Amino acid sequence: MRESQKDFEPKIVGFLCNWCAYAGADLAGVSRIQYPPNIRVIRVMCSGRIDPAFILEALKNGADGVLVAGCHLPSDCHYLSGNFKALRRVTLLKRVLKDFGIEPERVRLEWVSASEGDKFAAVVRDMVEQIKKLGPNPLKVMEEKK
Amino acid sequence: MAEGKVGAVLVVGGGVAGIQAALDLADSGFKVYMVDQSPSIGGVMAQLDKTFPTNDCSMCILAPKLVAAGRHPNISLITNSEVLGLSGEAGNFEVKIRKRSRYINEEKCNGCGLCAQKCPVEAIDTYNKGLTDRSAVYVEFPQAVPLRFKIDREKCIGCRTCQEVCKANAVEYDQKDSEIVLNVGAIILAPGFEPFDARLKSEYGYGRYANVVTSIEFERILSASGPYGGIVLRPSDGEIPRKIAFIQCVGSRDAQLGNNYCSAACCMYSIKEAIIAKEHVPTKLDCTIFYMDIRAYGKEFDAYYKRAQEEYGIRFVRSRVASITEDPATGNLLVHYVGEDETPRIEEFDMVVLSTGMQSPKDVEKLAKTLGIKLNKYRFCETKTFTPLETSKPGVYVCGAFSSPKDIPESVAQASGAAAKAMAIIAPERGKLIAVKEYPAERDVSQEEPRIGVFICHCGINIGGIVRVPEVVEYAKKLPNVVYAEDNLYTCSDDTQKRIKEKIKEYNLNRVVVASCTPRTHEPLFRETVREAGLNPYLFEMANIRDQCSWVHMHEPDEATEKAKDLVRSVVAKARLLKPLKNPTVKVTPVGLVIGGGVSGMTAALELANQGFEVHLVEREKELGGHLRKIYYLLEGEDPQKHLERLVKAVMENRLIHVYLGAEVVEVSGFVGNFKSKIRLSSGEEKEVEHGVVIVATGAVEYKPKEYLYGEDPRVMTQHELEEKIAKGEFKAKKVVMIQCVGARNEERPNCARICCGQAIKNALKIKEQNPDADVYVLYKDVRSYGFKEEYYREAAAKGVIFINYSDERKPKVTNDGGKLKVAFYEPVLKQEVQLEPDYVILSAATIPNPDNKRIAEMLKVPLTKDGFFLEAHMKLRPVDFQTDGVFLCGMAHSPKFIDESISQACAAAARAATILSKKVLEMEGIVASVDEDLCSGCRICEFLCPYGAIEMKERDGKIVAHVIEALCKGCGVCGTACPTKAITLGHFTTEEILAQVRAVLQEMEVAAK
Repeated sequence: MRESQKDFEPKIVGFLCNWCAYAGADLAGVSRIQYPPNIRVIRVMCSGRIDPAFILEALKNGADGVLVAGCHLPSDCHYLSGNFKALRRVTLLKRVLKDFGIEPERVRLEWVSASEGDKFAAVVRDMVEQIKKLGPNPLKVMEEKK
Repeated sequence: MAEGKVGAVLVVGGGVAGIQAALDLADSGFKVYMVDQSPSIGGVMAQLDKTFPTNDCSMCILAPKLVAAGRHPNISLITNSEVLGLSGEAGNFEVKIRKRSRYINEEKCNGCGLCAQKCPVEAIDTYNKGLTDRSAVYVEFPQAVPLRFKIDREKCIGCRTCQEVCKANAVEYDQKDSEIVLNVGAIILAPGFEPFDARLKSEYGYGRYANVVTSIEFERILSASGPYGGIVLRPSDGEIPRKIAFIQCVGSRDAQLGNNYCSAACCMYSIKEAIIAKEHVPTKLDCTIFYMDIRAYGKEFDAYYKRAQEEYGIRFVRSRVASITEDPATGNLLVHYVGEDETPRIEEFDMVVLSTGMQSPKDVEKLAKTLGIKLNKYRFCETKTFTPLETSKPGVYVCGAFSSPKDIPESVAQASGAAAKAMAIIAPERGKLIAVKEYPAERDVSQEEPRIGVFICHCGINIGGIVRVPEVVEYAKKLPNVVYAEDNLYTCSDDTQKRIKEKIKEYNLNRVVVASCTPRTHEPLFRETVREAGLNPYLFEMANIRDQCSWVHMHEPDEATEKAKDLVRSVVAKARLLKPLKNPTVKVTPVGLVIGGGVSGMTAALELANQGFEVHLVEREKELGGHLRKIYYLLEGEDPQKHLERLVKAVMENRLIHVYLGAEVVEVSGFVGNFKSKIRLSSGEEKEVEHGVVIVATGAVEYKPKEYLYGEDPRVMTQHELEEKIAKGEFKAKKVVMIQCVGARNEERPNCARICCGQAIKNALKIKEQNPDADVYVLYKDVRSYGFKEEYYREAAAKGVIFINYSDERKPKVTNDGGKLKVAFYEPVLKQEVQLEPDYVILSAATIPNPDNKRIAEMLKVPLTKDGFFLEAHMKLRPVDFQTDGVFLCGMAHSPKFIDESISQACAAAARAATILSKKVLEMEGIVASVDEDLCSGCRICEFLCPYGAIEMKERDGKIVAHVIEALCKGCGVCGTACPTKAITLGHFTTEEILAQVRAVLQEMEVAAK
């Protein structure tokens, strides 16, 4: 177990809003800021589009972590208030996750602006570290035990 | 000649500036003829590897513009041609053009390239600056627009092999030069520049020593499409260099050679080349830049300079290199220079890059004579501070490096600005000479199984150097519903667009996936391509395997390749479910709203009004003028107050401009073409206005220093305060010390404030003019008198102004010693501390963002930079646009700048705005919400949540259901997320599509883990 824990490379799914977080992730690219290759990004127009069902689907399908990133509070959101909606939904979802036996820390909500390439990279780095400590998604581990 | 005005414009020069001017004109209803001497358009930018300060790949950001210009129905490309004669006047010119023969029929050639493959001749490849060979029949570069070959008759041996192999029968050996006559209303000159001929600087050995190359040659060496495939090699022996020297100001700031001006872009491109070289060379590479002043004066440039030093370890040596000699045994170069400690040194390098300056194209006198325009003493086009886009001949405008050396974003802004100028004189002719683009009928694919084509881009070596692209192609071929996959050197190039269209036909594709860069910049290009092939543009999807993969995992090729596969798989899964969408159209309110009544805002308002559009101009202060009110004289000699007076009068008297003084815009709602805003008037009342665009021109403010006793001792003041005193005749002094970079280039504000060096030189010269015996000291970090301003730096130094360099470690100290004002600083030449007792200390206080920017940014939903200036859509190619459609930017709200630069940007914002205001209806983004009325329970949650009021409830068959007002829907998708019955969803981002992406992206990962 220890050994596998050490080699464990978490799989993270990122839902990024088009205008801030996705642009920030692009900026990390043009600035050549390096971060671990554990994240797979799915672009949505607004963080307010991110349905808790998407996050659950990712966890159900074996993601070890899910990043939701949008425009800074209170008023950077390109669609006025989608970020607040994301905040509410993710906060509630994290409460429910505990009941499913999933550590709420696996789901992370961050605000990344279009000029914060360095922040996006730092968030991914930090998240990979954190999830390495948590270990693999318990749903996946259960599945494997079966 | 035709009577009256003509709704067409001639653009001379097909570089990035010419292209931008042509696109803006063509997009707002004018016919454009673009003439270029070379066989294809693209100019110097097409030869560059990367661009600063974002390290964007030059070809990648330029290619969509090349393609857009090439395929635009209202732009005629007349390449391999030159202007022979001009008659007529502004509004109605007749231009004679000579079309030189290509010896290949342009109509017949399809750019297949078979002729070049078979050509037995090895000629010199000018695109690669003579570093490689090409055949006598050639295109300049693979992404060339138009992709038509040309025979170099000087090299051609007449063997007729090409004629034999050409399947299109396009080769015509006996083709003759021809002349054509065009009738146009205005002319825009954008002939660009040519690099200084480094051979003239013979002490540097260029042309004699193989390993001394010019900066443009080094760009080619860095480029994946260059002579060595992007691997940095020495020309003499193909070895990888370990130590490269960059030598600045070759052919610039050089009295001996007569090029006294600064070429304005070389410091930054050398820093960029050094950074990119270090990224390209796998082993350890030392880069040293020999410079006089590092002129990193542009937006975010200093942060880049800092990164070069701190992150990349690039060494900067302040020294003018005396000479270079070669060690014939090794081909290494010995650089002779005087070190910062004043001792002569010789240092050995494997390779030397000469940062060659910009000069006007060689036959520019002929062009000037033909057109009747004046050149300045440096052979650049003569312009004035307040009319930076106008030549000496009415109706003939100028943009880009032809008016002064400048970098890409300024050239682009000037190009749009020149377009605005041209639009104004032929405004009534708008729309009369243009053709509407026709698309083939859209194929109905609803009954077809998904047939997906996947195109994977190498992006030169940007992707292909890290991700194993062919492996990803093979992988993509095995994915469900993928019937075709291929890789491309550049998927965005014109020939690949043609290829994609061919493959759609050949394989009957009904979905297309491109894996390349970011959809934020390139999606529109590919959507257009699939549309031209008869597919709905929304049957297209992109995987971002560059910005979010190869560029951020440069040292993990295996992981990056796996990630690219995952991303492609995820996007293919989405593509399977894609549905065609319709672009709704909306009416445009042909009115502009300009926020800010300084020189930028007023200019933008006037330019819009000159084109016949109504404008609301809102200024917070009680009078118009902004920053310009505080400028009393200029380096170049014009009277700014007189101009201000004229400008204010023109604005106040213009019947199309409504001026609101002491007023503020407090609310903006709506969307491109249809904004509704509230203006709080000076009376406290609110007025609602409707408009189609917004131009942000809120300016900037002077930093109030906290350092150097400012505010404590009245003898310490800012440059603006000094200027006012001088102008009012209240300034008398025998000794003055100026301190540069106050509140700039520090921890808090890392970037340069651009204009303070010019201000200091201007005020120093004024003090000297009034009292030649006065001592003026300028304590500086780098003197950034870029472009023609260098001349005044030279003049100040000649008149005895003393410039002394200081460093961050040893900042000057200002004290009040018993009533005596004292400045202590370290003198680097004398190598000792010096103390002066000046009458005044003048602080060159930075220009900092308007504190109101944050509120305005939030109101308009546009971003700010870390520094607090507005962040444009793209630093290089969209300098006055925001990512949000219909909102534009100009002047110091963008970043600090001189008056002529603000005016250029203001004109540019007006031209960009005109591309919207000139349309009666605008085609909107098709990504909007839609309702499945059978599923809708009428709960009204979506109606309540929608931030735009885009949902109304309607009765359908006795049931209340939600209905989307498409013109109001902005496509955020919040409704779809909240809908309890999943009746409402966002097109192109449906729940099914996103869930499919989630499953697909994780699926294989697990398999791989087992």
